[in-house]
Amino acid sequence: MTALLAMTVVAPLLAAAAGLLLRHQAVARDAVTLAGLSAAAGSAIALLVRVNSEGTHVAQVGGWGPELGIVLVADLFAMLILPVALVIILVVEIFAIGQRRTAWGANPELAGPLLGVLTSGVSLAILTGDLFTLFVAFELILVSSYVLLTHQGQREQIRSAMTYVVMNLFASTLFLFGLAFVYAATGTVNIALLAERIPELATGVRVGIGAWFLVVFGTKAAIFPLFSWLPDSYPTAPTTITAVFAGLLTKIGIYAMIRFHTLTAMEELGATMLIIAGVTMVVGALGALAQSDVKRILSFHIISQIGYMLMGLGLFSAAGTTGAILFLVHHMPVKTVLFLVGGLIENDQGSSRLAESGGLARRRPVVAALFAIPALSLAGLPPFSGFVAKFSVISAGIEATSTPIVVVALGAGALTLLSMTKIWLGVFWGSSPEELQPVPTRSGNRAAMMSATGMAVAGTLAISLFAGTLFDLSKKAATDLRSPDTYIGQVTS
Amino acid sequence: MSIAILFAIGGLTSVGLYLITARSLSRIVLGFSLLGHASVLGLLSAGGPPGRAPIADGSGAATANPVPQALALTAIVISFCLALFLLALAGRQHALSGDDLVEDDLEDLRIATTPELSP
Repeated sequence: MTALLAMTVVAPLLAAAAGLLLRHQAVARDAVTLAGLSAAAGSAIALLVRVNSEGTHVAQVGGWGPELGIVLVADLFAMLILPVALVIILVVEIFAIGQRRTAWGANPELAGPLLGVLTSGVSLAILTGDLFTLFVAFELILVSSYVLLTHQGQREQIRSAMTYVVMNLFASTLFLFGLAFVYAATGTVNIALLAERIPELATGVRVGIGAWFLVVFGTKAAIFPLFSWLPDSYPTAPTTITAVFAGLLTKIGIYAMIRFHTLTAMEELGATMLIIAGVTMVVGALGALAQSDVKRILSFHIISQIGYMLMGLGLFSAAGTTGAILFLVHHMPVKTVLFLVGGLIENDQGSSRLAESGGLARRRPVVAALFAIPALSLAGLPPFSGFVAKFSVISAGIEATSTPIVVVALGAGALTLLSMTKIWLGVFWGSSPEELQPVPTRSGNRAAMMSATGMAVAGTLAISLFAGTLFDLSKKAATDLRSPDTYIGQVTS
Repeated sequence: MSIAILFAIGGLTSVGLYLITARSLSRIVLGFSLLGHASVLGLLSAGGPPGRAPIADGSGAATANPVPQALALTAIVISFCLALFLLALAGRQHALSGDDLVEDDLEDLRIATTPELSP
């Protein structure tokens, strides 16, 4: 099993290195990238099956113990998120290979290898058992994302990337300070040992550390008021890059938050988290309503949805954590698909601005269908996956009798539906714009893009089909997180 | 913890924070370098009292805690690379627009100045 664990981190990194060497031979480069990403995704799925039947697996890198060395921990929570994340990246890469042959995404030599580095960082961030490796994994993800955002060097991208880089760099610096505080207070950065030692600290120190990491992970996750970098930078990047960022980056922040704050039982922060969650939901949904570009509307939705996950975490109940995990699993593919459809829209009419679009439902009915399913799912309508996820978060809120946050969550859901209607009216209905500037695309590339989007939509439908199984798995993962003794025992033994 | 190190961390942090609030990217790079130094000093002082070099010489004297040093080394490398990347970004911005200022979100400005939306 240790080999499978290592594979998810190493395979994409090796593929990235090979892809860089082969960067001038498009076919070989894409083949190597796809092979690396497939190997990682395959290993992650195999790990999920084995962890589910045999229990948590811990790999001590280099044979050092948890006090000194790096540990990789494959517990059920990690294994629920990792396969979803890696499969999403694989699907996006298939879409990207189709899209790169068009005029868009100039200088595509670097995109594949950089995606490999990003994938490796994502695997490491999900699997790592200590906070410092989490910091390194975040840097791996962020550095490749900085370059992915800016490597085309267009004015708009540089402008928006500056905000993105400065904000995230600041959060990384705060992360380092946080590591110093944690090490000074407990003498370790291993999460299992922290789960043991942090609850023994004085309340002030404990809550201080929790609040500090809420800010650090909150900046990565784009919670209110730390989200300003997101809606500006995401829409300027090429679609495939935005799709990966939207599906994964903020979610890794929430993932780290769920793991850290639940294992160390920061229940004093629950009320603060719920207030932030409520404001995040409303501000994100209102922001989406005010926009007039498909990609920007979708970017604000990310912020709004992060609020729901934070709400599940902030309830600090078994049901709440279950809901947050389930929401995370549902949200990653749905958000990615919506951005991929945004790319198809842009490809068809040369723009994703609502004012320059219209009539797409008549011209491209399949694209309309591919948009409608994840859009309704994101808004939380039954029978799609979003309904199951939202239902479990909101019912956890009712169970905990936190009425205000439940009301806010329902209201934000209605606003989300309203802004989805705005996209639908602007892009798919109405008359076609007079000047269409479709991006010249060969039919083979179009097939790759459509089938990748179709596969991802099928994936989101599968989530709603297997919602029962996923709910049970999430519940088990949440129970494990909330009773850290098993986790501590497995890592330190 | 030495009071001198404490003041050094405080000084570096405050100057660094002041610099990263600037509009000019070259000042921000300087700010982040100072903040990086402050956090590395913080990590080092979190490792407990100073001692001999961690590689033991067999004399039995107390050695310094090697873990924060290893962490600090990694952090230094990362912050150095990021400073270079920021400089490259500043250079690109200078080539494109003649300055290295961090600009506002244009779409935000457009919405903020929409008459129907302003109070």
